[in-house]
Amino acid sequence: MPVKRIDKTPMRQRDAGVRAHDFLEVNEGYDLSRAMFEAERCLRCQDAVCVDGCPVRIPIPEFIHAIAAGDMAEAASILRGANPLPAICGRVCPQETQCEELCHMNNRFSAAAIGHLERFVADWERDQPANDGARKPWRDEKIAVIGSGPAGLVCAGQLVDMGYPVTVYEALHAPGGVLRYGIPEFRLPNAILDWEIDVLRQRGVEIVTNVIVGKTIALDDLLNDMGFAAAFIGTGAGLPRFLGIPGENLNGVFSANEFLTRINLMRAYDFPVADTPMKVGKRVAVIGAGNTAMDTVRSSMRMGAEKGLIVYRRSETEMTARIEEYHHAIEEGVEFHWLTNPIEVLGNDEGWVTGLKCQVMELGEPDESGRARPVPVAGSEFVIEVDNVVLSIGTTPNPLLLQSTPGLETDRWGCLVADQEFGRTTRPRIYAGGDVVTGAATVILAAGAGKSAAQSIHRDLSAANEAGAGQMTIKATAPPSA
Amino acid sequence: MARILSKRALTSVTKLFVVEAPLIAAAARPGQFVIVRVREDGERIPLTIADYDADRGEITIVVQEVGVTTRLLGALDEGDDILDMVGPLGSAPEIEPGGHVVGVGGGFGAAALLCLMRDLTERGAPTTAIIGARDKGLLILTDELRAVCSHLELCTDDGSAGFKGLVTERLQQLIDGDGEGDGPGRPDRVLAIGPMPMMRAVADTTHDAGIETLVSMDPLMIDGTGMCGGCRITVGDEVKFACVDGPFFDAHQVDFDEAVRRNRMYADMENQAAERQALECQASAGAA
Ligand SMILES: Cc1cc2nc3c(=O)[nH]c(=O)nc-3n(C[C@H](O)[C@H](O)[C@H](O)COP(=O)(O)OP(=O)(O)OC[C@H]3O[C@@H](n4cnc5c(N)ncnc54)[C@H](O)[C@@H]3O)c2cc1C
Ligand code: SF4
Ligand code: FES
Repeated sequence: MPVKRIDKTPMRQRDAGVRAHDFLEVNEGYDLSRAMFEAERCLRCQDAVCVDGCPVRIPIPEFIHAIAAGDMAEAASILRGANPLPAICGRVCPQETQCEELCHMNNRFSAAAIGHLERFVADWERDQPANDGARKPWRDEKIAVIGSGPAGLVCAGQLVDMGYPVTVYEALHAPGGVLRYGIPEFRLPNAILDWEIDVLRQRGVEIVTNVIVGKTIALDDLLNDMGFAAAFIGTGAGLPRFLGIPGENLNGVFSANEFLTRINLMRAYDFPVADTPMKVGKRVAVIGAGNTAMDTVRSSMRMGAEKGLIVYRRSETEMTARIEEYHHAIEEGVEFHWLTNPIEVLGNDEGWVTGLKCQVMELGEPDESGRARPVPVAGSEFVIEVDNVVLSIGTTPNPLLLQSTPGLETDRWGCLVADQEFGRTTRPRIYAGGDVVTGAATVILAAGAGKSAAQSIHRDLSAANEAGAGQMTIKATAPPSA
Repeated sequence: MARILSKRALTSVTKLFVVEAPLIAAAARPGQFVIVRVREDGERIPLTIADYDADRGEITIVVQEVGVTTRLLGALDEGDDILDMVGPLGSAPEIEPGGHVVGVGGGFGAAALLCLMRDLTERGAPTTAIIGARDKGLLILTDELRAVCSHLELCTDDGSAGFKGLVTERLQQLIDGDGEGDGPGRPDRVLAIGPMPMMRAVADTTHDAGIETLVSMDPLMIDGTGMCGGCRITVGDEVKFACVDGPFFDAHQVDFDEAVRRNRMYADMENQAAERQALECQASAGAA
């Protein structure tokens, strides 16, 4: 019965010439008929290998089958059972290296559009009337979640659903982590993030912004004085790296974090209605070729740059950005300078950027990351004229909390040591997951880590309760029938 | 959200606010700062914690109205809420006990000296605060400072109060040995807070005399947690993030040229915003 179509059903996108100048979403999503048509392409394989490619093991054929059968409510419930952030992951997961890479359809045709379908179902769900309100937490042990990125939000959501009172502490004035300050609206509209956060609040999660744990309050004070039974650290990897080349502090040089934060969190594109300014010149060079670099270079054009350039010391093959973002960037007119290594930022007398001095690289033997090591070609130096330089060469975990909390171990990259399966750190009652543990990774890995940590918090607290149950009054373990 | 408990106009453009902020007050150390935002779509700006009282759960901030956000803040009243306030940020200055510490405050910097000087005095150091302004009416918090220092030195451009001249000229006199006897004496350490040109002048003054000097740097900031790197400054041959590594740095190592240049990065846009604000004010005044 399933109709075999050779190619993925394309999703409608806004015209590159128009969208490159505003911050509205690029992709327009499927409509019902396209979604059902695409769902029919799924072969419903016995060995659903796509599921192995998904870090949170969504039962992919099942939810796609529900779409094909027209049962969106069922599809939504299957999806949400496995992935609490489907509208976000459907938009930002690197499907081409996860679920869709393994899809059997790839052998002869192109993979089922798992991401597009995930997005479609989640968007359908968002249009439905909201159901039940918050249930009161029925357990006593309060849990603190530190950081409101995908790891923290998912952990909090899972824990309230298990009956725990949960408080999320966030350093910034708005929750969401990288989803808020990093990923731009043309890929992930704020309205979607706001909706997810509203749902969490309705389910009973308390979110307290403007609290930096480790500064405003110590983690040990949360555990000892404020009565939290356990804490989850999901503080991400927010510390920007710089190259250390001359001219890096010239006016007009930014970290990608600053560039994107000014635009996304502070809404500099709306200056002077919004108060935060941002200066983007005619030509902007972004150093790096990951998702952050693509978001930055495409944002620079939306902020008025005539030319956005990617400068990367490796080649196209080593680029880490999602393939769709790369294609979109090409369509929007971004210029790519592969095998180009920046060695100095040049400036004028007033201290403003005027150019980027680079050298040509060639690929040598594989390095410790397994990728071919770029080596400089002697005498190949040249200058690219630019008005801004934005560094997008990686981030590391913020040490503020980790250094102020005794007994937490970090590795040589500054990542918090926690076991990947349970999220347990080197201290009892403290759990962790997401970028703070793995270093900068992906939304779905962070979400998955938040979910498994929530389960192990529940398991460990239940075990401790049972051990202590002799002397204590028996605690309710099931939701009171309302 | 932080509730304003009381407000006092120190000058026509300098306002003091006592704000309810129990967590910040409990964690604060002298010299730390907060970041505030006063309206939706507002910018985030750093403000020094002038004073704090952990028992009462209050902090004091002093705001000089120089831009869009400080003017909006200055217009708030007792009972109003400051939309967002996060802190305490940065670290207290590391000042070895022993020796005469001189704090130099220019303009609103005088307010920042309040809890710094009190802390040092309580720890047994002889302390002197030198504060300066154009004229007597612009000197702020003189009584409060006098109460927490061994000596208070006032400087005015027109001589209407205290020494006639700049804070750095008075500082030079102390270094040169003037004021021995019942005067405060030669500084062993200097701490300067205020506008960048003043801090730089202090750095120059103490440099040749070889007096250890700390300055409190206030570059443009966004998050205050080390996330954006916008606050980076060069100290010696190292790049530091003022929000997490500072705000206090060795005055003789700071690259002031760079710091001044970076602080003026948006000067033209700030003017544009200020003009717009002035128009809005006129419009609403016209409507009322
Ligand atoms: C520009 C950009 C684009 C990206 N694009 C993609 C993509 O397309 N697909 C994809 O899968 N991944 C993408 N990523 C990566 C992905 O966003 C991250 O892997 C993911 O957000 C990590 O989630 P997290 O919850 O661990 O941390 P974060 O999202 O970093 O959230 C951490 C939160 O903790 C807060 N915090 C930090 N310290 C404290 C403290 N001491 N107290 C309180 N709060 C604190 C921070 O303010 C922040 O809000 C992108 C990243 C960036 C920067
Ligand atoms: S969450 Fe990501 S990997 Fe998993 S099915 Fe969805 S798109 Fe694929
Ligand atoms: S203000 Fe962003 S890193 Fe210091």
